[in-house]
Formats: sequence, C-alpha cells, structure tokens
Amino acid sequence: MISVERMTKRYDGILAVDDISFEVQQGEVLGFLGPNGAGKTTTMKILTCYMPPTSGNVIIGGKSVMQHSLEIRQNLGYLPEDTPLYNFMPVLEYLHFVGQIRGLDPAYQRKRVGEMIEVCGLEDVLHRDVRELSRGYRQRVGLAQALIHDPDLIILDEPTSGLDPNQIAQIRTMIHEFGRKKTLILSTHILPEVQATCDRVIIINRGRLVADGRPDELASRLHGFQKVRIGFAGEGFNAAEAAAAMRTVAGICSVESCGTEAGLELFELEAEKDIDPRLDLFRMAAEKGWPLAELHLERSTLEDIFRELTVGVEQAVATGPAS
Amino acid sequence: MSNQTVTSIVSGNIWALYRKELKAYFNSSIAYVVMTVFLLMAGWFFTLDIFLVGQATLRSFFEVSRLIFVFFIPAVTMRLLAEEMASGSLELLVTYPVTDVEIVLSKWLAAMTLLTITLAFTFVYLFTVIILGNPDEGAVFGGYLGLLLMGGAGCALGLFTSSLTRNQVVAFVLAFTVLFALFMLDNLLMFMPASIGALVEYLSFGYHLDNLSRGVIDSRDLLYFSSLTVLGLALASDRLADRRE
Repeated sequence: MISVERMTKRYDGILAVDDISFEVQQGEVLGFLGPNGAGKTTTMKILTCYMPPTSGNVIIGGKSVMQHSLEIRQNLGYLPEDTPLYNFMPVLEYLHFVGQIRGLDPAYQRKRVGEMIEVCGLEDVLHRDVRELSRGYRQRVGLAQALIHDPDLIILDEPTSGLDPNQIAQIRTMIHEFGRKKTLILSTHILPEVQATCDRVIIINRGRLVADGRPDELASRLHGFQKVRIGFAGEGFNAAEAAAAMRTVAGICSVESCGTEAGLELFELEAEKDIDPRLDLFRMAAEKGWPLAELHLERSTLEDIFRELTVGVEQAVATGPAS
Repeated sequence: MSNQTVTSIVSGNIWALYRKELKAYFNSSIAYVVMTVFLLMAGWFFTLDIFLVGQATLRSFFEVSRLIFVFFIPAVTMRLLAEEMASGSLELLVTYPVTDVEIVLSKWLAAMTLLTITLAFTFVYLFTVIILGNPDEGAVFGGYLGLLLMGGAGCALGLFTSSLTRNQVVAFVLAFTVLFALFMLDNLLMFMPASIGALVEYLSFGYHLDNLSRGVIDSRDLLYFSSLTVLGLALASDRLADRRE
C-alpha cells in the first residue's frame, strides 16, 4: 500500500528525516514511535502530501506523492497534531463542509455525515461551535473529518495527546474499530498506546529509523534475556541453597537475591530468551518442599526498547546483555 | 504541490471553500467593522460635498474611496492565509483534494464579495445624487468599475502578503505598504526624471483610476489592473506551493 524509499527531508538547514525506507501493507496498523522532534510529524506530512520530500520517493497505492498528490489526497484521511479545525463553524456544518470539499455526492454526503455522528458520538454537540468543544469532543470531530469520505488510508498524528484517560480509551476503541478495515498510521510518544493499538511499530530517532517490527518481536529481538521473578514464603528455608539449586535449572543464566519483602524471599533470575523456565522452577520447588509464593516471567516492554534506542546507543550497549 | 493538472484548477470544491471564507468573515466582527468604517468615512466626504460645496456629485466620494481602500483592503485580506497558517488549519486544508490555486481563488473571491457588498451600500449616495442632480452616467460607471478593479488587484496583492507571515498585523502592514506605494506613485512624478516618469505613471493606481473616472473604458487600464490581480494570485499560490513547515 505504502512504500517509502530512501526518503530525506531537509529544511532550514535541519535534517528532519534522514534516509528512511519502510513499507506498509494494506490493512496494517502502524505506530510511529519516537521522542518529540524525532521526525514523526515530518514523515506524516510527507505521506499526506503536505510537503514533498527533499530526496527519495513515497509511493502510496501505486502513485508517487510527487506526481499524483491530488489522487492520493482523495483517498486519505488525516488528523494533524493539534486538531486544527475551523473554530467558527458548528460541528454539523463543519462535517458537511469537509464532505463538500472532498467532493462527495450530496446524498452520499448526508449518509456519511449521519454515520460519522453515530460512530464518533457527536449527537450532543451538533450545533455547538467547534471552538466551544472539550478536547475530547474536538478530537472526535477531528476523527470524523478524517473518515468522512471512507478513505483507505488514515493518518493520525498524536491522536490521544492531551486527553484524559477515559477519552483516550474511547479514541483507542475507535482506532481499533477503523484499524480492522483500513490501513492506519498513527504517531505517538506514549508507549502503551502502541502496544495497545498497533500491529507494527517503527521507532524513529533524530530523523533515522532505528527499529521496525511487531511490538513483541522487537521486545525479544532487542533483549537476549528474559527476567523471572520468583519468591518463596516462610522460614526454614536457605536462600543460598535455593539460589544454587535454581542455577541448575535449564535455561537459567544468573540468579540474584533481592532480599525479603513482606515475608517473601525474592530472587530475580535471568533466563535465555527462547526458554520458559517457569515449569521447571515450579517442579524443583515442589520437590524440595519450598513454599513457592510468586513466579512471574517479565517480557521486556517497549519502554525498555524505546529507552535503549533513543537515549543513546552507547549506554544501551554498556548496560545491555553481552550476547 | 506544484504538479497540478490544469483540468483540476477549478472544480466544485471551490464553492465549498468560498462559502467557508464568507462565513469566516461574517461570523467574526471583521466584515461588520470594516464595512462600517468604510461607509462612515465615505459618507462623511459625500455629505461634505452636498452641504458644504453644494454639489450633488460623487466625484470626491470616488477620490476619497481610493484612499480608504488603501486601508480597507489590507484589513480584509490580512487574515486570509496568515490566520490559517497560525492556527495550523492550513495543514489540514492542503491535504484535502484541492489545489493551491483553488484555495487562493476562493479566498480572493470571498474578499471581493465583501468589497462588492460594501460598495453596493454606497448606492444610497448614488440615488441621492440622482434625485438631487444630474450625474454623469459614464463617470459614475467608470468610478465604480475603477474601485472594483483596484479592489481586485489590492485583494490579490493583500492575499500574497498574507501568505508571507503568520502574523496578521505584519500581513496588514505589508499590504498597506504595497498599496500605499501604488497609490502615491503618480503624486511623486514631479520629483522624477522625465525618462522614467511615464513608466511610474503607468504603474500608479491614480493614473488608471483617473482615466476610468472620466468614463473612458480603455483596455490599457483594464490590462493594468488585471495584470496586478493575476500577479498577486500567482505569487500567493506559489507561496502556498512552497511550504516547508
């Protein structure tokens, strides 16, 4: 659906996007992740034909943004970062305006406006001016304008920023809904958002693409080890003996005692990434008669990866596993 | 983007944009304020003619309207693109399937509509003159045509200056400077060498407006104003295509 080929964008002497290439499949939900100023918005502005790349090319649906911007824009819905809607228009009028400017047939336009009102839950604010809306409603109107012409490609720049948790949940539900049928690209610097909504993540830092993959894939690729937390209850239990015994379990590389907490003797173990040692640990504890109270496998989160990739590579190498 | 097909320069979308611009004018106080100020000032000079000079004529109304237009037009055009850039709504607008030319043209048409409505209100003066005296029809027609043509050129140039900045005040000052220069040029002729005098005269608003207000519709005057209009619109749409941020 989308093919970005060696795209570079330079303006005012700043290299905003530096030689990025990636592809997006039809129906995929792609998350752009990166710190502020990493080049996410610039990339999106090029994809939406707001501005052309300095070099490289972007092909959307077989057409280049350089030559066929108008055709691409016809089939694209976009919601920019700060939801810049026309404040002086009432919501209903605004939706009709967008329908008209998109050249929808009048009957189809009425039908779509009705559907958008329902999908985005705008019944209560139809006749209010856009400027009077709360942040959450404003965002819903923004989504409605991006979807009104039923585009194949939807691009949302920071769709949940500035919303309260309830509003975020609502917007995410909507994104899930559209994402099932459409190709959707969203940017964010909120990590749980990507894990909650995206099939695939691209991490951008300082204009360069630093990672590309499924959220869970990225997690295991970047970490050679998984962490296991284990806790035993009670007295009459020898910490040193337990540590030694655990080292012999298959796949366990290191054992570290974390002391006692709330009556539990806690350990943190590192295990090789392809092996799940929990069953063996449980059997071992059962054989020895140690009262197992806690056993938990921690997969590394996107947050870890994100920090490793964006806070400076040297630091990540220094503290990361020596695999 | 610069690669637009010629066939799509004017489409149905332009009317949606045009209506939006008109609504923006009449939903805010801009339209009412500028119209009121224009009509008050023009009306003041018109009544002065009748009661002080004792002449039922539109001549000084037309002359003073030119000067008022030098302020009026920048006030009408300053927000057109500067506001959209400042609020970020331009970013959304240009990702709709509309061309830069359509955007510029619809904004220009909206400004011209506001200007035409304002001029229509001055028909009150025209009717007064018809009742009280016997105005020269050619001069009246030429006078109104001159103001409309100057308005067209001024709105196009104002639209261009509005594309240069996000700040509406700066857009106003830039447009005012350009229009004031064109307005003043023929008053400076005596300070200029004869060799460039003719050129300077041709470039000034006054020279062409004087021609028109005599009731002479000459293609050279029409060409002057339409060239300025096309130039302003072309520069504005070029600026729009040249966006980087």
